Amino acid sequence: MLKYLPVKSVLAFSASLALLSTSVYAYEPARSAECIAPANPGGGWDFTCRSVGKTLVDLDYVKGNVKTVNMSGAGGGVAFAHTVTKRKKDSALIVAASTATTTRLAQGQFPGMSADQVKWVGTLGADYGVIAVSKNSPYQNLNQVMDALKKDPKSVKFAGGSASGGWDHLKVLLAAKEAKVDNLPQIKYLSFNGGSEALVQVVGGHVDAFTGDISEIKGFLDSGDLRVLAVLSESRLPKPFDTIPTAIEQGIGTIAPNWRGFYVPGGADPESYQWWVNTIDELYATPEWKSIMVKNGLMPFHKTGEEFTQFVDQQTLNIRLLSIDIGLIK
Amino acid sequence: METLGFLLDGFAVALTLESLSFAILGAILGTLIGALPGLGPANGVAILIPLAFSLGLSPTSSLILLTSVYAGAMYGGRISSILLNIPGDEPAMMTCLDGYPMAQKGKAAEALAISAIASFIGSFIATIGLIILAPILAKFALKFGPSEYFALFALAFATLGGITGKNQFKTLIAAALGLMIASIGIDISSGVQRYTYDILELFEGVDFIIAIVGLFAISELFFFIEKHAGDGLAKTKVNRLKLSMKDILLVMPTSLRGAILGFISGVLPGAGASLGSFISYTLEKKVIGDKGTFGQGDMRGVAAPEAGNNGAASGALVPMLTLGVPGSGTTAVLLAMLVSLNITPGPMLFQQNADLVWGVIAALFVGNLVLLLLNIPMVGIFVKLLSIPPKYLMPIVTLVAAVGIYSVSHSALDLYFMVGFGVLGYVLRKVQIPLVPVILGMLLGPEMEKSLRHALLLSDGDWAILFNSGLSITLWVVAILGLILPMIVGPLVRAKMQQKTN
Repeated sequence: MLKYLPVKSVLAFSASLALLSTSVYAYEPARSAECIAPANPGGGWDFTCRSVGKTLVDLDYVKGNVKTVNMSGAGGGVAFAHTVTKRKKDSALIVAASTATTTRLAQGQFPGMSADQVKWVGTLGADYGVIAVSKNSPYQNLNQVMDALKKDPKSVKFAGGSASGGWDHLKVLLAAKEAKVDNLPQIKYLSFNGGSEALVQVVGGHVDAFTGDISEIKGFLDSGDLRVLAVLSESRLPKPFDTIPTAIEQGIGTIAPNWRGFYVPGGADPESYQWWVNTIDELYATPEWKSIMVKNGLMPFHKTGEEFTQFVDQQTLNIRLLSIDIGLIK
Repeated sequence: METLGFLLDGFAVALTLESLSFAILGAILGTLIGALPGLGPANGVAILIPLAFSLGLSPTSSLILLTSVYAGAMYGGRISSILLNIPGDEPAMMTCLDGYPMAQKGKAAEALAISAIASFIGSFIATIGLIILAPILAKFALKFGPSEYFALFALAFATLGGITGKNQFKTLIAAALGLMIASIGIDISSGVQRYTYDILELFEGVDFIIAIVGLFAISELFFFIEKHAGDGLAKTKVNRLKLSMKDILLVMPTSLRGAILGFISGVLPGAGASLGSFISYTLEKKVIGDKGTFGQGDMRGVAAPEAGNNGAASGALVPMLTLGVPGSGTTAVLLAMLVSLNITPGPMLFQQNADLVWGVIAALFVGNLVLLLLNIPMVGIFVKLLSIPPKYLMPIVTLVAAVGIYSVSHSALDLYFMVGFGVLGYVLRKVQIPLVPVILGMLLGPEMEKSLRHALLLSDGDWAILFNSGLSITLWVVAILGLILPMIVGPLVRAKMQQKTN
């Protein structure tokens, strides 16, 4: 018996050496990767997965293919739970996310789950928030809206594409809070199935103001039916949106990017996480990705790795505080 | 003129190789399903929705496939009516009246050919009607605020009984069941979860598609098991076709009248294809009078109801596409499909998804032409397909349904739900509660609730907002008429239909 032991341990040792030596080399993704889009085909997350997947393959970052898997449910909660429980260590998996994901995490809408259960890779652009009115509206700028709300929080009613308490609703409240409007919970918000339905109601004169993303308004902006009072970005956006004033210019320092990005499973090994971070960095700089951004109305917004993780923590915290403020959560 | 440009763009979409092959595939599958007794267009589309998902089709391709299935099923319904005297679905009932006598006289091929031509004319004219009417209705888009939408949904519910008819109380039960299922999930007006018990998969509510596939397709499987219906239908022979130009000209005016009547009854919410085929046949009998041999195998008696029910099928697409309110069971199923593809039907569809809408309309033309070309020379093949034992078909249907549902969400729970809805569908059908109102309740209930709450938010709680515009008052009036008229007219119509078919 004793005789054999050394042989066994030698074998074991060399096996572990072999394992070690492979992990010394930089991480190479498996031939194929998988991207979970936590919604049905056709939406924003589906777009993120498909466009990034295709570019990664076209530019040879991934040798095989990147398969997009649609996993709808609970506004991303089903996919989040799946990633946390069943795919804990999968290094070849990325999951599309956006501000909607952090909003729900912040409000505890993924029961028992939190942002630190996954690793946040990075963003590849953002859709900035806008507040707009119909061309016949008496409001000419954001301050007039805020002044009206200060006098009577029920006087301006907003329509948006997210559920009550969702990102479109929160944007208005963030701006109102910044403008020192009291009684935030009294501001009326009408929730529609998507930005376009909400826009029609505003342009048709049924609801006072629209809250949504810049990518949703192009049609009505071109037709002149819509007056955009403010875009919630750091500085003015590139053409053709450069005529829209920012909220900051008007003295209301609210920034509301709906970023588009990814997370990977919490147990993914650090090498693979770093590979995804670097790859997203490189991808963001390519002309191929730049042209996809222009074509789809994505605005510059790039954070990866540690910086992105801190951003997610901060955003989650802000949303949680605001949600408590307005009585949405306790 | 603008419309013409859009239509040409639509043809550019519909005539691509991909669209064309899906139109042909849909037409063939639809005809086959329509021909099987008992499987109407709503079942046909419901059974094939999973196919679109499992193939991972784009929204445009999915819709082209399914509208072709719809058109095909309307065509197919006549085959078993004529050859076996068993209507594939209710609208095909009137076709039995003269179709079967023709087949008995050894003129089955002629009856099939005439009905194919009449079906084509019906669909063709109605599609032109759709093209003219839909953009006009869509222009009303901006007039619809929450209170008008609420009145519109009330109208849709009021006319539900008209669609499926016989027992208003059972229709009410079915609709209530749909509304109850629809209340599961997040309430978007308050952000609160209802009846979800912390089960993540329920947070967004029950998926319409799962409910539809379960209720229609899986329940069909249970019926099949129950009946031990393993064998195919009786074999029937079809004679060689002898159709002269004179015969075609004879049925032309009949088909045109039927097409227009059918289209009108299709557009009216609640009326649908059964009424289309019924009034076309009745009117034709009045117009022709004693010169015809109606009931004993008159060609015009085959042409009229076929033009009528196919016209109604295209007409029913008008309210579905423009207002998001389906006019029939099948369009309800198509509506659910659109919603799950992230396409919001209703006024904005024509502006935001112009290529999709016009692509589908153009595909309707293409599909109908394909159906005509398929149905005349290949009718023998369809007749042969009729004798394929269901024991080979049903497992395929079940497999496609399961794969399709799984590929939507990759969740096993959805498969349990599908089977659950299958059991529910089986039970409901056993006690003769119609399935379509369940689906309509699920589809329209949340929208109606949302509209009401929005209207009241806007008015700060004043209920008078529901009647504050001419449009909403008009819609309320139509809703009330839609509720009352079928109670008076419905039994009369059905009694006459019964009388005639016996």
